[in-house]
Amino acid sequence: MEAFASLADGLAVAIQPMNMLFALIGVLLGTAVGVLPGIGPALTVALLLPITFKLDPGGSIIMFAGIYYGGMYGGSTTAILINTPGESASMATALEGNRMAKAGRGGPALATAAIGSFVAGTIATLGLTFLAPYLVDIAVSFGPEDYFALMCVAFVTVSATFGDSPVRGLTSLFIGLLLGLVGIDILSGQSRLSFGIPELYDNIEVTTLAVGLFAVGEALYVASRRHVHEEKLEAVRGSLWMTKEDWKRSWKPWLRGTAFGFPIGALPAGGAEIPTFLSYSTEKRLTKHPEEFGHGAIEGVAGPEAANNAAAAGTLVPLLTLGLPTSATAAMMLAGFQQYGLNPGPLLFADQPKLVWGLIASLFIANAMLLVLNLPLVGLWVRLLKIPQPWLYAGILVFATMGTIAANPSPVELVMLTVFGVLGFLMRRFDFPIAPVVVGLILGPIAESQLRRALSISLGDPMVLLQSPISATLLGIAVIALVLPFFLKGLGRFKAVED
Amino acid sequence: MSQVRKGLWRSALAAAAVAGFVTSAAAQMELKIMAPAAPGGGWDQTARSMQQALTQSGIAKSVQVTNVPGAGGSIGIAQLVNNSKGDGNQLMVMGYVMVGALLTNKSPVTLDQTTPIARLTTEYEAIVVPANSPIKNAKDLAAAIKADPAKVTWAGGSAGGVDHIAAALFAKAAGADPTKINYIPFSGGGEALAAILGGKVTAGISGYGEFESQVKAGKLRLIGLTSAAKTANVDVPSIKEQGIDLEIANWRAVVAPPGISADQKKALTDAMDKLAQSKEWQEILKAKGWENAYVSGDAFAKILANEQALTKEVLTAVGLVKS
Repeated sequence: MEAFASLADGLAVAIQPMNMLFALIGVLLGTAVGVLPGIGPALTVALLLPITFKLDPGGSIIMFAGIYYGGMYGGSTTAILINTPGESASMATALEGNRMAKAGRGGPALATAAIGSFVAGTIATLGLTFLAPYLVDIAVSFGPEDYFALMCVAFVTVSATFGDSPVRGLTSLFIGLLLGLVGIDILSGQSRLSFGIPELYDNIEVTTLAVGLFAVGEALYVASRRHVHEEKLEAVRGSLWMTKEDWKRSWKPWLRGTAFGFPIGALPAGGAEIPTFLSYSTEKRLTKHPEEFGHGAIEGVAGPEAANNAAAAGTLVPLLTLGLPTSATAAMMLAGFQQYGLNPGPLLFADQPKLVWGLIASLFIANAMLLVLNLPLVGLWVRLLKIPQPWLYAGILVFATMGTIAANPSPVELVMLTVFGVLGFLMRRFDFPIAPVVVGLILGPIAESQLRRALSISLGDPMVLLQSPISATLLGIAVIALVLPFFLKGLGRFKAVED
Repeated sequence: MSQVRKGLWRSALAAAAVAGFVTSAAAQMELKIMAPAAPGGGWDQTARSMQQALTQSGIAKSVQVTNVPGAGGSIGIAQLVNNSKGDGNQLMVMGYVMVGALLTNKSPVTLDQTTPIARLTTEYEAIVVPANSPIKNAKDLAAAIKADPAKVTWAGGSAGGVDHIAAALFAKAAGADPTKINYIPFSGGGEALAAILGGKVTAGISGYGEFESQVKAGKLRLIGLTSAAKTANVDVPSIKEQGIDLEIANWRAVVAPPGISADQKKALTDAMDKLAQSKEWQEILKAKGWENAYVSGDAFAKILANEQALTKEVLTAVGLVKS
């Protein structure tokens, strides 16, 4: 109950008018930069650091937290409306969200994303308040072999659920894995498949691939089909808001997404992408409306969006309790702490309780502010879809290119964007799912390096994968997830025969 | 809705106005500093701290920081050498890590093509072990490594970086074969720290700042720093004082593009001299825990040349660079 008293003290700090103002500026800036691909929250915090130096530490750290949460909200808006994920964690949202927007259900998609983010952010912040000290011990005990096992679970569940044909899904996944090999190998320091091009040394940027495949590929595809038949887009069909049915179908995915996002986000090498994929494939499997997946199922937006925001709160666990920044934005926030001579870590809660609890309390406030800000904007955003198609897609191309250039000012990056755009067009044309490519690019290198680390530590003994209880359990889950569908199918056939 | 939108613009304008206000102190130089890395890392923080101190103290009229991320600085240096030739207002932050990265990446552009200006800061490497480890001091670690270098696992930063080099030098000083060390590189951002805290590896090696709060909280045991003698901020004697002949520091410096005139070089060096003495810079060093290691001009050029030769030797010895 000590946490409650501390949280109350924290709230007293956070609702001081100046701190509220900082939180508001933070969420506004965060939403704005989240909408633009390329300019992420990390760069924004970096730009603001020298300016905030003169300010009071509490206020500016609260503002940074607002930017962080706001960025997560903003990223989903472009993913849903124009199929351009502002960052890789919004990719899973784009899958169903954009389909919904095209079917005139952009309003409910944005609403479920905003409310889901709020619910997940609030629950995860509660988790941060009460569980951080325990969670951090588990997070630290996660070794390379356990990460590898987690990746196996992700591979199995994710690849089984994308697309209708497993062969096509696997083909896409392997393209992603191949792209994931490009660049300097982290363990040996040697470059692979980079052909002496320095820009390729640093691996292929996930956002470049995602924006190329999703946005550019889509624009090319739409352009190629225009002479055949013009796709009529209705901005709003049915209610702009979520119907009772939408609510009913959303609340469970929100909670499940949170359950994926928060713990995985809290892992030092967990990240926000993996829980969104896991959530997407879980929802696809559990839904009562499997026919809607791929055509705009609201569960497919609600779950990943919740997972994404819960993971954002999760990354604050290692940051505050260990001083471990696990994302670029967290690294900038760490720099922000250090600028005031504060060292996040085991002693921060004891040394600076007012600041830490003020920050946690302001996360609740930032979350509520974001909901209030974003829901009224839904009506405005969906109007974007009323723009005539040629203009809209030309705008998307400009937007995608600008974002890529802003993130990595290099001609090589633009060439890659174009190549990926053409690849995305061809894959769409010949009916290959594109999401597994991005999944492969993200998960492949993590799985590889963690496996090799595990084997280096065990001096080459593969049994290490089974000796760790976490790893053994996760590998067991992966095997079950792999075998179960075949088993159930067999069972179903058996029953059919019996009838 | 439109009000919300207006609010958004207003806040953006306010942020821009604040930014303008900070950088408008009157002075002569208009500098551009490139951080050859993404926002958030050490080079980026150095560049932005320089920006802050240079403008607040009035040494420069304006300072623009740009990020050119990629490949341990290989992309940044290529841009500096190829696109900024003769530009007397351009600086690039770099450090020891770049020396190694350029060698392992077989970069076509080398540091010899740049104009060395000054070394600013240094940070000693720290070797730590989990608090419950049987290894108590540098001698224990050296004995373990001598017995079987492969069984001692090291967690640290990127392959070929300063952490890796320091681990190899430690093994060499302990009388073991440095090519046999079991060094496990982790990507930045504390993944290595998690592996050490979780007891997955024997020892960890990185800048002391990464470990400081854990050491103070008693979760990690500090074996020693790679300084010549014990520094004021730690209780443990340096590794060299414990009888293992290892001395290495991760420094950060600034270089200018090739082809600048002697006057331009002098102007840049003077600005850095003034920066190093400014009250603002001293405060930043203190807040960030960076050690002042200011050396400018020919003395720095000499250090740079020495470090390049040493690094090449070590990286060739551990097999990362083929001679």
